[in-house]
Amino acid sequence: MAVEQRELAANEVLLEVEGLHTQFFTEQGVVKAVDGVSFTIEKGKVLGIVGESGCGKSITALSIMRLLPEPRGRIVSGTITFHPPDGGSVNITKLDRHSAEMRSIRGQHIAMIFQEPMTSLNPVYTVGDQIIEAIQLHQNVDKEAARQRAIEVLHQVDIPDPERRINEYPHQMSGGQRQRVMIAMALSCYPSILIADEPTTALDVTIQAKILRNMRRLQQQYGMAIILITHDLGVIGQMADDVLVMYVGRKVEQASVRQLFLNPLHPYTQGLLRSIPLIGLRGKKLQPIAGSVPSPYNLPEGCCFAPRCPQAMPKCRQEVPIEAEVEPGHFVACWLYK
Amino acid sequence: MAAFISRRLISMLITLALVSVVGFIVINLPPGSYLDVYRAQLMVLGTSTADQQIKALEQRYALDRPLYYQYFKWITGFVRGDFGRSFQYNREVSELVWARIGFTVVVSLCSLIFSWAVAIPIGIYSATHKYSGADNLFTFLSFIGLSIPSFLIALVLMVISSRVFGVSVGGLFSRAYEHAPWSWAKFVDFLQHLWIPVVVVGLADTAGLVRVMRGNLSDILSMQYVQTARAKGLPERVVIYKHAVRNALHPLIMNLGMSLPGIISGSTVVSIVLSLPTCGPLYFNALRSQDMFLAGTFLVFMAIMLVIGNFLADIALALVDPRIRYE
Amino acid sequence: MADIAVNLEPSPQVPIDQDRSSLTQWQLTWRRFLRNRLAVAGGIILIIFYVVMVIFPGFFSPYSHVVQREDFMSAPPQLPRWVDENGTFHWRPFVYGFTTELDMEKFEWVHTIDTSQKYPIYFIVRGELYRLLGFIPCEIHIFGVEPPGTFFLFGTDELGRDLFSRILHGGQVSLTVGLVGVILTIILGSVMGTISGYYGGIIDNLIQRLVELLMSFPDIPLWAALSAALPPEWSPAKRFFAISAILSLRNWTGLARQVRAKILAYREEDYALAAQAMGASDRRIILVHLLPNAASHIIVVATLSIPGMILAETALSFLGLGIQPPVVSWGVLLQHAQEVAVVLDRPWLLLPGVFVVLAVLSFNFLGDGLRDAADPYSN
Repeated sequence: MAVEQRELAANEVLLEVEGLHTQFFTEQGVVKAVDGVSFTIEKGKVLGIVGESGCGKSITALSIMRLLPEPRGRIVSGTITFHPPDGGSVNITKLDRHSAEMRSIRGQHIAMIFQEPMTSLNPVYTVGDQIIEAIQLHQNVDKEAARQRAIEVLHQVDIPDPERRINEYPHQMSGGQRQRVMIAMALSCYPSILIADEPTTALDVTIQAKILRNMRRLQQQYGMAIILITHDLGVIGQMADDVLVMYVGRKVEQASVRQLFLNPLHPYTQGLLRSIPLIGLRGKKLQPIAGSVPSPYNLPEGCCFAPRCPQAMPKCRQEVPIEAEVEPGHFVACWLYK
Repeated sequence: MAAFISRRLISMLITLALVSVVGFIVINLPPGSYLDVYRAQLMVLGTSTADQQIKALEQRYALDRPLYYQYFKWITGFVRGDFGRSFQYNREVSELVWARIGFTVVVSLCSLIFSWAVAIPIGIYSATHKYSGADNLFTFLSFIGLSIPSFLIALVLMVISSRVFGVSVGGLFSRAYEHAPWSWAKFVDFLQHLWIPVVVVGLADTAGLVRVMRGNLSDILSMQYVQTARAKGLPERVVIYKHAVRNALHPLIMNLGMSLPGIISGSTVVSIVLSLPTCGPLYFNALRSQDMFLAGTFLVFMAIMLVIGNFLADIALALVDPRIRYE
Repeated sequence: MADIAVNLEPSPQVPIDQDRSSLTQWQLTWRRFLRNRLAVAGGIILIIFYVVMVIFPGFFSPYSHVVQREDFMSAPPQLPRWVDENGTFHWRPFVYGFTTELDMEKFEWVHTIDTSQKYPIYFIVRGELYRLLGFIPCEIHIFGVEPPGTFFLFGTDELGRDLFSRILHGGQVSLTVGLVGVILTIILGSVMGTISGYYGGIIDNLIQRLVELLMSFPDIPLWAALSAALPPEWSPAKRFFAISAILSLRNWTGLARQVRAKILAYREEDYALAAQAMGASDRRIILVHLLPNAASHIIVVATLSIPGMILAETALSFLGLGIQPPVVSWGVLLQHAQEVAVVLDRPWLLLPGVFVVLAVLSFNFLGDGLRDAADPYSN
C-alpha cells in the first residue's frame, strides 16, 4: 500500500464528533468528564485540543478509541461518526467496544500514542515484536514483510540503525526513542487519524522539538489527520491547523490557530495566552489565571469559568453559555459575545 | 546471561556455606544432647569396650578439639555424604535421610505445582472481574485458606474421609505396597495417596498466591502498555494473556522464594498428622529426643532445597524478564 | 484500568471538596478503614477476644482451666436450651445433666444427656477461685450453674477439665505470643531496615546477607530447632518470652527489607535532602523525617505478620515443641486432637482450632483493611 494512494480530495471529513457526553460513575458521584463536545476533523489537518489537566481532553480521545474503563466511565450520549477512506461511515458509539469492527478501526484507521513513553511499551517484548504484532494484526502480510515494514517505519521516525535496534527491548532505549517507537507503531498500519495525547510532554525540550518536526513531516507524507492533545500552546502554535479549547469538559472556543492567537475571544483562552511566555513580548508580565479548576464533583452553575472570570456577569453564573460563530470558523461559548 | 548465572551461583554457594554454619550451631545448641548423654552413659559403664567407643566418638566428631575444628570435620564429612550418626535409631544418618528427602521433594514440588495451577487462573479471573460476585467469593475463600493451619485441614480431611468413606487416608502407600518394590501398581497406589498431602500443603500457599496474582494483574492492567495493546486493536483476550499476564507472573516467580519455605514447613507439619514418610515426622522426633545429628542434617537439607529453589527461581526470572537478563 | 481516570484527579492543591480537605492524613485513613466492613468486623472480634481471653479469662470462664474432674472425663458439650423436653419455653436458659455409665467393652466412662436433670444457668455467680488480672483473688464468674449441676459449654478433655475455660486461658497465651512477637519484630525490623537503608555500604551488605541467610531456612523447622534447644528447666514465663523471641527472630527479616526499601526511597526525597542540607543530624533525619513516613507501612506489615505468629505458635505447640503443659495455648489444646480416632470419638476437641481460625482470619481482615486504608493505591 503506497502512501500516494491515500492522497484523496481535500476537505474530506474523516471524523465527526457530535454532542459527546462522557461520564464517570464513582463512589463520590458522577463526573461529567466530557460535557457536550462537538467537532470534526478533515483529512490531512491537525486539530489541537488544549486545556489544563483534567479538562476532558484525554477522555475525549479515549471516547473516540472506545478505550474508556467501561462501565465505570462511559459515553452516555452523542455520536462519533468515522468515515473510513474506502467509503461508508461507522457510528463508533454504537459499536461494542470489543467487537471485531471496533478493533479493526482501532490501530488500523485510528491510532493513538500516549503521554508516558517510559511505560507505553511492554517491557518483556522487543520493540520489533510489538510493531510487527500491530502490522500482522491489521494487514495480511507474512512475518518477514511485517518486519521489513517495521524497519522502514522505524527509519521514518529517525531511529538510527533500525535493523539492529528492532531487536532491542524498551528498557534499552531512551524516553525520546521509545516515543519514536510508539509513533512508528502507530504509523505502521497507515492510519487515517493519529491521536497524540501529550506526545512530548514527558520529554526534554530539545527532543520535543525534534519529535514534533518529525511528526509534522510524517503527517504530510502520510496525509493523515492528527488530533493533538496538549496543555502547551507552544506546541499548538507549531503543529496545529485548528484549535479547540476545553475547560472542565466543555468546549469554550474553537478557531484556526491564526484566529486564536491573534484574536482570542473567550476570557479563559485570553488567560491561557497571557500565561505563556512568547518571544517578542518582552517586558510584558506573565499573568496566571486566578483561582483554580473547580472540583469535577461539584461544578458551578452556568459557565464553569465564571468563578475565575474577570469579566463575569450575573448571567454567567446562571446559564450555560451557548456557542456562537463570531467570525467564519471561529466559535466561542461565552455570554460576552451574545 | 552466563555472567548473571555465575554471579547468582557464587552468591548461592556463600549462602550455603553460611547455612551449614547455622546447621552446625543448631546441632551443638542443646545442652545435654543425645551425644553427651550417650557419652555419659558409656563413661558410667567404664568397661574397656565403652572406653574404646568413647575414643571412637571423640575421634569421629573431634570432641576434644576446638569448635571450629569440629565444624570443619563435620562439614567435610557432610559434603562427602557422612552426616553423623543417629543415636536414637543407632544408625547412620545418611541411611535415614535419603529416602525421606526424596519424598519431601516430591510432595513439595507437587504442592507447588498444584498451588500455581489453581491460583493463577483464579487470580486472573479475579483481577479481570474485580468486585464481581465470584471475585468476592474467591477473595473470601482465600482469606479462609490463609487462616487455617494446614495440620488442622489435614485432620479434618482425615476425620471426614474416615467418617464418610470409612477409609483412612494417611501415609503415601497402602499397607500392601509399603515395603514392596516399585511397580506400576505401587505407583498408582502412590498417586492415590499423594493428592491429599499435596492439596493440604498447597492450600495455604494457593490462597496467598491468589491474592498476589490478583493484586499484580490488576496493577499491570492499569499500566500504559496494556492500553497501548488495546489501542493497537488487539482482542481483549490477547491483551490480557499476552501482554498483562506475562508481566504479572514476574512477581510470582520472585515470590517463589517466599512460598517455598511455607510449603516445606507446611509439609513437615502436615506429614505428622498424615504420617507421611517425609522429613517431618523424623525431624520433629529427633528434635524432641535431641538426636541432633539427625535433626541438623534435615534442617540443612531443607535449607539447601530452599536455596536451590531460589536459585532456580532467579534463573527463571531472568529468562522471562529481559530487564534482569541485561542487568 | 484505573489509570484512565488519572486526569480526573485534581492536582494536589485543588481540594476535592471542602469537607475532605480539612481532614488529616490519619483521619482520612480512618474513614477509608471504616468503609471496609470485613476489616471492621475483624477489629471488633479481636477487641472482644483480647478483652475476654487476654484480660479477663478467669471471669469469663465458668471453671478453672486446670481443675480435673474424675466424674466428668471426656464429657460432651452441654448446650444451653430454652425449650425443654415437653416443649415448654423457659426465659432462663438451662442445661441438662449427665448420666454416666461404664462402657464394658471399651472400659470407658460414657456420658449421656439426661433430660430429667435440669440446671438453670445463672449470670454473675460465685465459683472456683481465680486471680483477676493475675493478682486479685476473685470468685465471681460471668455464668454458671448451681452444683451438683455442671455446665461444660464445649465439653471436657480426657482429664475432665472444662474445654471452654481452657480455650479462654489458651487464648491468653496464643494471642499474647503474637503481640509480644510482633513488638520484637517491629523493633528489630525497623532498626535493621533503617540502618541498612540509611547507611548503605558494608553494613547494608552484611544485614542483607543475614536476612538472606535467615530466609533460607523454612520457618517452622527453624523455629522448632531453636525451641528444642531451650533449657527444659526454664519457667513457663521465660519459655513463653523465649518462644516469642524465636518467632520474631526470623520474622523481622521481611519487615527489615520493606523498611529498607522505604527508607531508600524517602532518603532521596526533597524534604530529607533539605534537612540534610540544613545540617540535621542522621538521628534527626531518621527519627523526624524518615521513620514517621514509614510508620503506617510498618504498622500494616506488623499487623499482617501477627497471624503468621499465632499459626506458628499453634503448630509448634501442636508438635510439642512450643508452649509446654501445664501452661495452655490453643496449640497445646490441639495436641489432644492429634489422632483421628480421638477426634472421631470426641469431635469437640477440635474447637480450639475454630478459635485459631477466627483469630487469624480477623487479623488478616484487619491487616488487609489497614493496608488498603493507609495506601489505597497499593495492592
